[in-house]
Amino acid sequence: MTTPRPVLKEARYTWGGDEFLFVEVDESMSLAANFKVMSIARKLSDAALTGVVDICPANASLLVRFNPDVLPPSSLESAVRTIELELQNHDEQSLETRIIEVPVWYDDPFTAEVAQRFREGFHQEPDGTDLDYAARVNGLQDAAEFIRRHHEQPWLVSMVGFVAGLPFLFQLVERDKQLQVPKYLSPRTDTPKLTVGHGGCFAAIYSVRGAGGYQMFGVAAAPIYDPAQSLADFKDFMVFFRPGDIVKFTPVTEDEYNAIQAQVEDGTYRYRQVPVTFDVSKALSDPQAYNRELMEALNGI
Amino acid sequence: MAFDIKNPGLATTVQDQGRVGYYNVGIPQSGSMDQYSAELGNALVGNGPGDAVLECTYLGPVLVTDADAIIAITGAPVEVKVNGEAKPQWSRLHLRAGDELSFGVIQGGTRYYIAVRGGIDVPVVLGSRSTYTLGGIGGLSGRKLEAGDVVPVGVPTGDLPAVQVMPEHFRPQYAKEQTVRIVLGLYDHRLTDTGKENLLNGEWKVTPVADRMGLRYSGPGVEWKEREQPFGAGSDPSNIVDAGYAVGSIQIPGGTQPIILHRDAVSGGGYAMVATVISADMDLVARAAPGTATRFIAVSQDEAIVARKERAELMSKAWSALEAEA
Repeated sequence: MTTPRPVLKEARYTWGGDEFLFVEVDESMSLAANFKVMSIARKLSDAALTGVVDICPANASLLVRFNPDVLPPSSLESAVRTIELELQNHDEQSLETRIIEVPVWYDDPFTAEVAQRFREGFHQEPDGTDLDYAARVNGLQDAAEFIRRHHEQPWLVSMVGFVAGLPFLFQLVERDKQLQVPKYLSPRTDTPKLTVGHGGCFAAIYSVRGAGGYQMFGVAAAPIYDPAQSLADFKDFMVFFRPGDIVKFTPVTEDEYNAIQAQVEDGTYRYRQVPVTFDVSKALSDPQAYNRELMEALNGI
Repeated sequence: MAFDIKNPGLATTVQDQGRVGYYNVGIPQSGSMDQYSAELGNALVGNGPGDAVLECTYLGPVLVTDADAIIAITGAPVEVKVNGEAKPQWSRLHLRAGDELSFGVIQGGTRYYIAVRGGIDVPVVLGSRSTYTLGGIGGLSGRKLEAGDVVPVGVPTGDLPAVQVMPEHFRPQYAKEQTVRIVLGLYDHRLTDTGKENLLNGEWKVTPVADRMGLRYSGPGVEWKEREQPFGAGSDPSNIVDAGYAVGSIQIPGGTQPIILHRDAVSGGGYAMVATVISADMDLVARAAPGTATRFIAVSQDEAIVARKERAELMSKAWSALEAEA
């Protein structure tokens, strides 16, 4: 049986100057809000309105860039409002997507080295590690327990952006089980490429080296952004993740990490991934049971 | 033909009108920061508006052309030198094979443009030749120019316009004060009345923290309304659940220093935006050097669209001004 979906109130429509419409579905993050954002984005994309330049679904809001010379703002707003209303009446329940296994070397030396350079004035607990801090603020026993909680339940890619190909991920668990960690007090000027980070309730994988304010827990073993498109997973596009992807983090040892690096080097690495239909009602009513079902799909490949 | 780069300058990149359609995966539009000046450089050398140019930041490059070339330098005022001899800006210049182009000290503004007949001919990546350095795509190997680079120049397609010099009144002003038009919105309701007043009545100064991603301003600061933060938004009142950032939008992390996101903007993040620079004034903001005293004035979206049309008309008049008199 399924429990009814939480009812979201009407979205807030506001403008970013003469080229951007911003639709805030909810002030708070939730799976229901993100699912509604993705549904609106998909329908708007299907509508293929002349003058729509970019449709950017985010965690709980949607940003649409348009050319006002071609598409008057009022026409765009009424088109999106119509889609929102349609969704209220004919609620979408499922999303055709995929589940992907993402190997992570938790508690790795790369992020540890960078973290050491940004302690006093940057971090809440300059004498400890990011992982120890994350465990403590979540009331967990130790870093090991935090790592387990991080990878035992899957995550939904709720937004791609900030920089090229960077996924924001939202864990598919009840709100009271969400891992929440404040960002650094002041952003670092450096973050290793492929850092698995965390800020607020979101995980992120840094696609490129650069500035960042998220706590750092580990490093993903394989690329997620490949402008040269040398690996098979990047044949169609240089960015790997799409909103709606489901991610299962899997801890790897140093040796396993190095083995994956070697496969990346010689161009043979492939992500383990399989198509799935994501049912939002099931995910909301009994996340643990539904997550087991989702993750089982990965065993078949 | 090609340009041999002897000295790359501070941050010289290949840019064009930009790369749209990939903001949803975090790839910004990029493109010339001062689109107006870059486009009129193309006009002077008989290119199309979409041809790629070299964008020079404060300190320009020293380059040698390996064949005869027709160029124009537009944008911020700077001394232009060919084999050490001063040449005018906003004018068509004829270079002979082996000529060396170099620059003196910038006299105002931030960026000037080298347009060359035939355009800079680097590969098109996702629909554009613009360099996005953070993502390592576009331009020459996805980065700013380095000494020893060979920058390919394309084959000309259009005719040269009859007039060789852009009339003065079409050239932008480079003032130490700017008035920038903004449309309030997005999360402006999160500011207190005092906060909004400070934004609109205060004098703001461009700080040295200004680049292609955005410009940071110092000034009176603003105030946020207190609230219990929504789930996932972060603890500071200037935080929101990470959302898409409009290009030109103004965010004020912590309430202290507003940041205007520009053409290499990060596509999203967790700071509330309170207004957006109108599209017609993005070139103006691009010309603001550190220390520029800035006032923000609020206009309606309708006014922004009128200003956008006026900008397009000015651009089209400038192109026409280069055609021969009837």
